[in-house]
Amino acid sequence: MPSGFTVEQLQVQIPRLRRYARALTGSREAADDLVQDALERAWTKRALWRPDSNLRAWLFAVMHNVFVNGIKRARPMASLDALNEDGGAEPIAGNASAETDAALREMSAALAQLPMEQRQVVLLVGLEQLTYAEAAEVLEVPIGTVMSRLSRGRDRLRQLLDESVDGRNGLRRVK
Amino acid sequence: MRKGLSEEILHAYVDGGLSSDERGAVEAHLALHPETAARARAWATQNETLHRLFDPVLDEPHTLKIETRRRVVVAPFFWRNVAALAATLVAGIAVGFVAHDYWVPDSGPVARASIARQAILAHTAYAPEVRHPVEVTAREEQHLLAWLSKRLDAPLKAPSLVQSGYQLLGGRLLPAPAGTSIAAKASPVALLMYENAQGKRLSLLVRREAPNTDTAFRFTQDGHTSVFYWVDGPFGYALVGDVSKDELAVLARVVYQQLNP
Repeated sequence: MPSGFTVEQLQVQIPRLRRYARALTGSREAADDLVQDALERAWTKRALWRPDSNLRAWLFAVMHNVFVNGIKRARPMASLDALNEDGGAEPIAGNASAETDAALREMSAALAQLPMEQRQVVLLVGLEQLTYAEAAEVLEVPIGTVMSRLSRGRDRLRQLLDESVDGRNGLRRVK
Repeated sequence: MRKGLSEEILHAYVDGGLSSDERGAVEAHLALHPETAARARAWATQNETLHRLFDPVLDEPHTLKIETRRRVVVAPFFWRNVAALAATLVAGIAVGFVAHDYWVPDSGPVARASIARQAILAHTAYAPEVRHPVEVTAREEQHLLAWLSKRLDAPLKAPSLVQSGYQLLGGRLLPAPAGTSIAAKASPVALLMYENAQGKRLSLLVRREAPNTDTAFRFTQDGHTSVFYWVDGPFGYALVGDVSKDELAVLARVVYQQLNP
């Protein structure tokens, strides 16, 4: 039998894959399509996984490849605008304050405006808590590229969020 | 403003990648550099907001399943037929398209490339077959090999890929490449087929080659179908499958070693 992992080992990773895919694509449907494709590919290719390596990072790498190939084939992915309507999770449980709601909506919108390369790094590091080295491996770029995309992504996100806070407060920021 | 503190350290501070000593040093620096401190605070808030926004996805019910069986078996009947028809059409077009290659004498790079093409065509035609992928099944392996050896006029072995997860399904006889002159009395060609637990199939095409034409491994690819091919002794071999180059390379090496113990 090929080496690799069991179906159960793969199954427990599904929630994490879905979370990243949702944040990346901004739509539940596109995210679940992406995860489904990634699961199939990962299962077929499971003999290629090295048992001494991080399975989750490997799965993110498989999903990244599926995602990139999907874009190359010009397969319809969720448009960036979809993030605004359909972006976050299902309605947040509990009675979050109006301000919290606004902050989450603004994050959704800001994320949608972030260039894909920066969005990937910001999410892999900030949301999925991969190490910089793991993120570099997932995205198949040097670690220096991860660091510079992270800086640009986080600063851009900060700028976008500041602008929306100012907009909410009816202010125009004076630079 | 960022004097004495690299961006990498600042990220690591935000992402919890520093020891407590290092953290203390960064905090001392931030106390003196409010701009940098504001930047780090904004980044940390982003991480928190991302978690608040997307962590609920972790607990959502979902319907994703891992399909561990072969798709062609579970696919609706209609799609199976469409796939078979498409494969036949592709094979037919490809035969017409490449037939001129086979007029070239049976050596040299074009002829070697043609073994890869013949293998791709055969694999495309027979691997999707649900009921009749082979003429003689592996249950009659002795008979299969004796028969194919006789028709190819050289002793043929079936390498074992069990260690790699593939079982021998059986084999069949194929005509000599299209375009071969009848007068040349070219031997027919043997095709062995293997299958793994997920129903993924590999084909090993074996045919006679001109003496002393041994080659190294060569690789070619057509869509998702990969082929490694080489000439060794009296035979040319081509291992084909809808697997990645890396995966197939490992399998081709196993085949080669089995044939050259």
